[in-house]
Amino acid sequence: MSTTNIILCGVGGQGTVLASKLTAAASMARGLDVRSAETIGMAQRGGSVMSYLRIGECSSPLIKSGCADLIIGFEPAETVRALNYLKQGGTVITSDRAMMPVTAALQGSDYEGAKMTDFLKSLEGGRIGKLVIVNTDEALRDLGSAKVMNMVLLGAAARGGYLGQVTIEDIKQALVKKVKPQFHELNFKALEYASV
Amino acid sequence: MHKEFLMGNEAIGKACIAAGVNVVAGYPGTPSTEVLETIAKENDGSVYVEWSVNEKAALEVAAGASYSGARTLVTMKQVGLNVASDPLMSLEYVGVEGGMVVLVADDPGPISSQTEQDTRTFAEYSKLPCFDPSDAKEAYEMIFEAFKLSEKYKTPVFMRPTTRVCHSYQSIDVRDYAEYEDHRPEGFVKDSSRWVIFPRLSYANHAKIEERNAGLSNEFSSYERNMILEGTGRKGIVAQGISFANVKDIVNEAREKGTEVPSVLKISTPFPFPEKLAEDFMKGVDEVLVIEELDPYIERHLVYVCGRAGLKVNIKGKITGDVARSGENLPDLVQKYVNAFMGWESAASEAVKTPELPVRPPVLCAGCPHRASFYAVKKAMKGKETIFAGDIGCYTLGNAMPLDMVDTCLCMGAGLGIAQGVGRVKPDTKCFAFVGDSTFFASAIPGVVNAVYNQADMTLVVLDNSTTAMTGHQPHPGTGHTMMGEFTDKIDIENILKGIGVETVVRMDPFKLDEAVDAVKKVADEPGVKAIVFEAPCAVLFKPETPYEVNLDKCVDCKMCIREIGCPGVVLKDGHVAIDESLCNGCGLCSQICPCEAIGKAVKE
Repeated sequence: MSTTNIILCGVGGQGTVLASKLTAAASMARGLDVRSAETIGMAQRGGSVMSYLRIGECSSPLIKSGCADLIIGFEPAETVRALNYLKQGGTVITSDRAMMPVTAALQGSDYEGAKMTDFLKSLEGGRIGKLVIVNTDEALRDLGSAKVMNMVLLGAAARGGYLGQVTIEDIKQALVKKVKPQFHELNFKALEYASV
Repeated sequence: MHKEFLMGNEAIGKACIAAGVNVVAGYPGTPSTEVLETIAKENDGSVYVEWSVNEKAALEVAAGASYSGARTLVTMKQVGLNVASDPLMSLEYVGVEGGMVVLVADDPGPISSQTEQDTRTFAEYSKLPCFDPSDAKEAYEMIFEAFKLSEKYKTPVFMRPTTRVCHSYQSIDVRDYAEYEDHRPEGFVKDSSRWVIFPRLSYANHAKIEERNAGLSNEFSSYERNMILEGTGRKGIVAQGISFANVKDIVNEAREKGTEVPSVLKISTPFPFPEKLAEDFMKGVDEVLVIEELDPYIERHLVYVCGRAGLKVNIKGKITGDVARSGENLPDLVQKYVNAFMGWESAASEAVKTPELPVRPPVLCAGCPHRASFYAVKKAMKGKETIFAGDIGCYTLGNAMPLDMVDTCLCMGAGLGIAQGVGRVKPDTKCFAFVGDSTFFASAIPGVVNAVYNQADMTLVVLDNSTTAMTGHQPHPGTGHTMMGEFTDKIDIENILKGIGVETVVRMDPFKLDEAVDAVKKVADEPGVKAIVFEAPCAVLFKPETPYEVNLDKCVDCKMCIREIGCPGVVLKDGHVAIDESLCNGCGLCSQICPCEAIGKAVKE
């Protein structure tokens, strides 16, 4: 079966859903079947969220461990949390910016994003075939908006050829249909931003 | 037909419109909410849509409309069915005229519910036919069949998707506008021999229902969605819903590898159970694994079918402990079950040993007024013997540290009764019940009447954020607008309480911390039933105000702001307290707690 399995993960409110919908729309425009699933409800409130996206023929919207071709992580610890889904030698594209949970602040524990990105780097070439870490603070400074991180990550995935048959042009065409014209330029810039 | 990428719930909503639904009523509840919202959004004005005050009211509105020949849809989550069960149990005996689909979304896990109850079991108990879709596409198509069946047999029918069907998206074929059915109801026709339930009518109709259901069991045996995927040996798997989808992927994978695969029976109409089809399937196997979520519903029916037919088949499932008795059947688990059953080797890759990961339990949002309300009561009641009975909504999250302000939570509206009961056992306890505005209207009012009538000593705290927040901000009787886009008079909570006989009702802005604490102290000391209505809109509904910031020259790092209220906007940065401006809502609660006046509104550069 030539199904492309993608996991998008992060913390509630980071924009994983739009990224997953754009990819789905782009896939459909190519005539491909798409299924996806995501977290909705109580779990959304500041919790870990995960979207599954499957392009090509399949029956379940859910992905088994060790079967994801690609993980797009919006937060480094969430990326690490999702790693078991990655197939041997799969691709990881992640933001490096840590989101501190309330519990960590309460316990005075020091959760650092760098620990997570270092761990990811230690797996590169083995469990992780290709790793792209996006320096989020830098990206947002360069782009001038905190709202397009999802497009930076998605752009990296598309330009790297990790979305199966879906290309960056497909994503751009889907974006034009979903996003208001005044934001097109910013989003296009974001899609082209990260080096792959 | 054209293709759309739809969430299961959107697909169900769109199918109902295309099937000519006339009246839609429901009460919000995850994972069912988006069905009614989709219909309201797509409505060209020809469908009547309402969020009812609760599920019982919704079902009764729909019953009246169905009596009048309208096609109707009622939506709720599984625990909502408990509220609607009184009218529904009787409605099955009376029947309907226009087609009626009762959409009940079950929540294996449970992901956002109190129980793992199974609507298939309820269907058998209430005798309503039940459809169980396995994905969004099937749910879309099934809706048309459900309305048809309902009208053919003049009975309400269940459509029972589960969370993963409700909230998964799929590219599916949907009807064009020209293909929509147009159904014009005739209006109510008086016939007291039909619409008035009396023992004699119930006796006669009960017999007819049992006869109909026996016939339906046969009809469903040839229903195309109850089907068999032929395997290569004498082993079989029986599955339903999302479990079927997961089984199908796993079996297809094995088939491609040329491995011997089990036959698979899919059950799409759990009630009346397609016994004939099941018997035929069981004749072809020696051993069967049942993979289903929630109750061992299919498993029991298969044991029954084999018992009656005298078939010697080894049936494995939840009852035998081969499948977990609770929780979701995620694909990894299903793979494990199938591997064990088929004797397949596990191909799973080794688990990654990760560094310790931060835990992220759900929390009240930054700027949430519930945090301020809970904190005011907590401060006012410090050192006193108290019970804080909670209820269902975002504010259940007030149980988390450091607030720790929810001692009990049972079901919608239960906090009032529980607070009264605790007080009956130990009268010197200060008894509080917290209830949100939507829950207040839905099911807390009888609890207030009970408290006043029986002279309880308690304080009701209404957390009025002008919306139904947890399920995604639906309007309710206190908001002044409806799902038809009309503006109405708001029903005033204080007036209701006063009308019931609650003499002390104080309205407060919880963000004025000192005033709120004083008010709580004063009100709680009064005898009898009294109420505080904390009024402040849900933080998600409004543009954030200017964020706050920490003046590090004044901050002594006592971390009181973090320890007292646990706001996600107040974080540690390089060991010092800081405010994450991307999260801060500008509510200012932390600034009122800081003993050093180190937190103030950020000054724009």
